[in-house]
Amino acid sequence: MEIILGALAGILMAASVWLMLSRNLVKFLLGLVLIGNVANLVIFASGGLTYGAPPLVADGATVPTEAVANALPQALILTAIVIGFGLVAFTLVLALRAYQELGTVNVDEMNLAERSAAYQRKDEKTVMADVRHAA
Amino acid sequence: MSWLLSTPIFLPMMTAALVFILPGSRRARGWFSIAGSAAHLALSLALLLTVWRTGPIAATMGSWPAPFGITLVADSFGAIMLCTASLAGLAVSIYALVDIDDDRAAGGFDSFLQMLLAGVAGAFLTGDLFNLYVWFEVMLIASFALMTLGGDRRQLDGAVKYVAINLISTVLLLTAIGLLYGLSGTLNMADLHGRLGQIGDQGLLSVVALLFLIAFGIKAAMFPLFFWLPASYPTPPMAISALFAGLMTKVGVYALIRSFTLIFPSSIGLITEIILASALLTMVAGVLGAIASTDLRRILAFHVMASIGFLLLGLALGSALALTAAVFYMVHAMVLKTQLFMTIGIVGREAKSFELEDLGGLYRSRPGLALTFLLGALALIGIPPLSGFWAKLMVIQSGVDVQAWFVVVVVIAYSFLSFIPLMRIWAHAFWSPEKVDIEKDERDAVRGNDPYLTIPAVGLTAVILLIGLAPDPLLQLAGDAANGILEPSGYIDAVFGRSSIDIADIRDVSK
Repeated sequence: MEIILGALAGILMAASVWLMLSRNLVKFLLGLVLIGNVANLVIFASGGLTYGAPPLVADGATVPTEAVANALPQALILTAIVIGFGLVAFTLVLALRAYQELGTVNVDEMNLAERSAAYQRKDEKTVMADVRHAA
Repeated sequence: MSWLLSTPIFLPMMTAALVFILPGSRRARGWFSIAGSAAHLALSLALLLTVWRTGPIAATMGSWPAPFGITLVADSFGAIMLCTASLAGLAVSIYALVDIDDDRAAGGFDSFLQMLLAGVAGAFLTGDLFNLYVWFEVMLIASFALMTLGGDRRQLDGAVKYVAINLISTVLLLTAIGLLYGLSGTLNMADLHGRLGQIGDQGLLSVVALLFLIAFGIKAAMFPLFFWLPASYPTPPMAISALFAGLMTKVGVYALIRSFTLIFPSSIGLITEIILASALLTMVAGVLGAIASTDLRRILAFHVMASIGFLLLGLALGSALALTAAVFYMVHAMVLKTQLFMTIGIVGREAKSFELEDLGGLYRSRPGLALTFLLGALALIGIPPLSGFWAKLMVIQSGVDVQAWFVVVVVIAYSFLSFIPLMRIWAHAFWSPEKVDIEKDERDAVRGNDPYLTIPAVGLTAVILLIGLAPDPLLQLAGDAANGILEPSGYIDAVFGRSSIDIADIRDVSK
C-alpha cells in the first residue's frame, strides 16, 4: 500500500510540476492545488500505515493494549488541508483580480512591477504591443 | 513564567481581532494598533530579560509533556529576534498611521500587521517543526493580504509572483516535515537534536535536509531562489515594504540557522558547502542588482537580499564568532532595512517619484532627512563607528581564523560594492541641484515632513547609532545566543528537564 501511495504521489507530483511550468496562471494554480495534495499523501505514507487498528483506548484502560495506527500524521494532514484550502481560495481570488486589472493570465505579460518608470510612462498600449511582439 | 512565552503570540492576535471590530476613526484604530505593538515590545523585552537571567525557558501546551505536546521555547537567539521584530513592528505601526491611506486602513491594514507580528513571534518561539509550519502560514497569509491590500495594478502583479513562489516553498516545507517525521518519529526540535545522526538511511536524510534548505531558502531569498524579492517588495506602500524588509526574509534565515544547527548534524551531505557558496553568490548578486537598478525601492530590495547572503555566511562558517556576527548583523539588518525603507518612503512622498533621475536637491530642502538616510546608508556599508562595521569585522576575522581567504575577499569586495548604489542615491537624490518641478505647488495633502513619518525613522536611526557606538551589550547578547546555538544543551534541558514545572505553571494560570 505504501508503494501504491508513493507511486501516486510521484505521478501527481509530475503532473503538478508540468502544470506549474505553464505560462497560464490558471494552469499554475491547478498545479498548486495538486502539489498540496502530494504533500499530504507523502505525510500519510511516510507516517506508516497500520490496518484495521483504530487508535482507540478500551473502556477503563489508560493505554491501548495492542499496537494501533498512528493518528498524528492524520492530524497533521487535516491541519495542512485546512490551511491549504484557505490559501487556494485566496490565490484564486488573487488570480481573478490580477486578470481583471492586468487583462491577461499569461505570466510573461505580467511584468508591470519590474518595468522601469521610464518604460511605464510610455503609452500603455504600445507597451503591451511591445510585450506581445517580443513574446 | 510560561505566560511570558505565549503572550507575545496571543497579544497581537487579540489586537488584530479588536482593532478590526472596534468602532472608531482611522486614527483611533491606528493608535490602538500602536498601543498593541508597544505592549508587544514590552512583553518581548521582558522575555529577553528573563532568558538572559535564567537561560532558555520552555512550556508545553495543553499539559502534554514534551515531545508529545507542542512546545514553546525561548532561548537568547529567539528572544533577541523577537525583540527586534516587535521594535520594527512598533515603528511601522506608527509610520503607517499616515503612510497607509484610508482605503487600505479600512481594508484591515492594522489587523494584518498584528497577525503578521503574531506569526513572526510564533515562528521565533516555537519548538516544534509542524508548529513552525503553521506559524509560517499565519505569517504568509497576513503578508499576502498586506501585499495585495488596495489592489493597485503593480501590487497585484508583484503579489502573483510573491504568492506563487511562497506557496511552492510552503509545500516543500510540508513535504520535508512529513518525511522527517517518517524517518525520526518526532517533530519536536529539541527531541530531533542528535537523533538524526543515528538514522540508517542517511541518503534520504540528505534529501530531507535539502528540501528544508530549499523551502527556507526561498523564504530567505537566498541565491538562486531570490527573484521574487526585487519583483514584489517595491510594489506595496512603503510602510508595508518596510515591514517585509525588516521581518519576512529574516524569519527564513532564523529557520535556516535553527534547522542546520539544532536539528540536522552539520556534516550532513554537502549542506555547509552549498550554504557557503549560496551565501557568497547572494551577496554578489544582491549588490550587483542594486548597482543595476535606478528605482530607489528596487535598490533597497536588492540590498535586503545581499544582507541575507551575509547572514548565511555566518551560518556557513559556523564558528562561535561567525554566529555571533550573524546574530548581531541580523538585529542590525532588521532595524536598518526598516529604517531605510521608511526614509525612502519619505523621499518618495517629497519628490513624488522613486526614480533616481527625477530626484534632487533634498539635502537643501530636507537636511534632517538627508542625515537620517546618510547614517543608515553608512551603517549598511559598515563605516567604522557604525553598526555594520562590527559584524563585518567579526565575519572577516572568523574567515581569517579558518583561512578562508576567498570568503574574506568577497566580504570586503561586497562592502566596497555596496558603497556604489547607496552613494549614488545620496549623490542623485540629496546632493544634486533640485530638478525643475512644475507641479511643485500641487503636492499631496500629506507631506513627507509629517511627524508620524519622521519620528519612527529617526527613532530607528537612534537605535542604529546606539548599536554602533555602544556595541558591547548587543555583542554579549549575540555571543550568548551563538553559544546557545552551538551548544544547545540548555535549550534541550529547558524543553525536557523542567517541563513538569512549566506544566504546573500553565495549570495555575488556567485556574
